[in-house]
Amino acid sequence: MSVLVYIDHAGGNIKKVSLEALSYATKVAELTGAAGVTALVLGSAADATVAGLGAYGATHVLWANNPLFDNFDSGAFTKAIAEAAAQTGANLVVLSHNSRGKAIAPRLSVRLKAPLIAGAVSLPTLDGSALVVRKSVFSGKAFADCVLAGATNIISLNPNAYSVAKGGGSCSVSAFSPSVSAADFKITTVSVEKQSGDAVPLPEAELVVSAGRGMRGPENWYLVEDLATALGATTACSRPVADVHWRPHHEHVGQTGITIRPNLYIAIGISGAIQHLAGVNNSKVIVVINKDSEAPFFKAADYGIVGDAFEILPKLTEAVKRFKAEHA
Amino acid sequence: MKILVCVCQTPDTAAKIDFVDNNTQFNANGVTFIMNPTDEWYALVRAIELKKQHGGTVTTITVGGAENEQTIRKGLAIGADDAVRIDTNAADSYGVAAQIAEYARSQNYDLILTGKETIDYNGSSVGGMIAELLDLPYLSGASHLDMPDANTAIAKCEIEGGIETLSAATPLVISSQKGMAEQVIPNMQGIMLSRRKPLTVVAPAAINDLASVKVFEKPAPRSSVKLIDPDNAADLIRLLHEEAKVI
Ligand SMILES: Cc1cc2nc3c(=O)[nH]c(=O)nc-3n(C[C@H](O)[C@H](O)[C@H](O)COP(=O)(O)OP(=O)(O)OC[C@H]3O[C@@H](n4cnc5c(N)ncnc54)[C@H](O)[C@@H]3O)c2cc1C
Ligand SMILES: Nc1ncnc2c1ncn2[C@@H]1O[C@H](COP(=O)(O)O)[C@@H](O)[C@H]1O
Repeated sequence: MSVLVYIDHAGGNIKKVSLEALSYATKVAELTGAAGVTALVLGSAADATVAGLGAYGATHVLWANNPLFDNFDSGAFTKAIAEAAAQTGANLVVLSHNSRGKAIAPRLSVRLKAPLIAGAVSLPTLDGSALVVRKSVFSGKAFADCVLAGATNIISLNPNAYSVAKGGGSCSVSAFSPSVSAADFKITTVSVEKQSGDAVPLPEAELVVSAGRGMRGPENWYLVEDLATALGATTACSRPVADVHWRPHHEHVGQTGITIRPNLYIAIGISGAIQHLAGVNNSKVIVVINKDSEAPFFKAADYGIVGDAFEILPKLTEAVKRFKAEHA
Repeated sequence: MKILVCVCQTPDTAAKIDFVDNNTQFNANGVTFIMNPTDEWYALVRAIELKKQHGGTVTTITVGGAENEQTIRKGLAIGADDAVRIDTNAADSYGVAAQIAEYARSQNYDLILTGKETIDYNGSSVGGMIAELLDLPYLSGASHLDMPDANTAIAKCEIEGGIETLSAATPLVISSQKGMAEQVIPNMQGIMLSRRKPLTVVAPAAINDLASVKVFEKPAPRSSVKLIDPDNAADLIRLLHEEAKVI
């Protein structure tokens, strides 16, 4: 058994979700007695960054340090990853189920004729020689344990489903020259617009503070933002709040927005409609703050405060600041 | 311009999810089905808008049994010109994609649209698989799509922390999400017209599935909520640290 991990990065900054994928793959290699974990990096990055992947479990890095890969095209990337899989004899390819992973993994599955579990949330268990991996289905209302029994298999790991594990390991790095040329890049990047400022992007965030119509208007959002800033959390919102432009669309979570599974989801003035829950119900811990003790969200919550958000939020923000000062 | 839109049906969001046969099969008994939201509101509606702009045809394609026909008629009522149903129940995203690619291969579509993901199996895979099978460019999760002319697609795709504006020449495959179009409710005329629009049933190609589900399981219900006195809101922070260990 040999494992290949595709490492996603932005301008040489390795994404945390890829370190999660690498840590996960290292654990899978350990569980299955695999010979090693090869990390694949495509495009420009610093030498030290690439060599540093050893600390997360890579035994070897293949690096195509070729500026062609500084543009993204799922077809060209798939071709390169498939060549790396062939070269390393990989039986398992792991990548993150992030935006790039969602574009690449299905193509790779076809190219390698390898079954794919898209959005895995657990480590695999062994069933004979097959891997059984859990994923979330029915918008968080159930899990499916899926069987991977191909000669090569692909797992795309949900962001935040496995913690980054950093050790003291090191790895060798070798140059990789896939037979990919400019003609394989059929997509042109016209522009890139940054959205979330300095906060961790919502799909990757471990801590999320989210608010709904209970906040009554955008002018009150400073209360939500203050709490988020104190916690180091990312902000989110319910759909009606994005629909009336109190908050930007990329913050909308739920069935028609994005799905997240942070460690902590704090929902303020959100009723907890089923379509909202569909996007957040796999969060590890859910806190609900609502003035209506009958709000359905309390049924899906671990902790709740029944009360007026306008009074509670400043108190919570103060408490977080005190907590941070004590634990600094 | 020839546009193909992949549409499927999924249990209504509010449906109760249950399994039978030792939790190996979804229990469709008594479940209301709807058109998968991203297929309907975004992919199909945008396809019809682009047809109005550039002329051509919008065809929907569905892999599944006759029980899908109500959903398919709804697509025709919204404004698709015709529909294709490939008469098989595919076991996974690959099975769906391979059937659609086999059909589309000889049809020279300029644009193939899918939804971002199905709200039942949450695969987010069919679009990318079709693209690879047909060797076409693929844009994943587009929230805007403009076609300044019939040969060029300019799309906005969300990446973590930003939005990329991307352009590619047709033919290509795009998966669609929120932002691409607004919901359209079929009117009486659309519903009347849809009854006479062609729905072609096609025999499936021989295709093996790749992955399979062994068993389903429902998440353990959250233990009942622990309520914190609003006058001692700071207690929450202590509990999140000491008990839940998330901060
Ligand atoms: C097909 C479909 C798809 C949908 N997709 C989504 C989706 O993706 N995401 C989504 O969020 N919604 C979605 N919805 C909408 C969803 O059904 C709800 O309407 C929506 O989530 C409600 O938003 P809300 O909780 O912010 O507002 P409301 O339902 O208006 O709830 C506001 C809450 O704030 C509380 N409140 C008021 N004042 C205060 C105060 N001072 N302090 C504390 N609490 C207070 C109230 O008690 C209430 O519970 C969808 C709906 C449909 C039909
Ligand atoms: N049975 C099907 N028939 C036609 N299109 C489908 C089918 N299943 C999925 N699709 C399309 O593929 C998209 C992604 O599906 P999935 O990969 O299953 O999440 C959906 O939004 C649909 O557009």
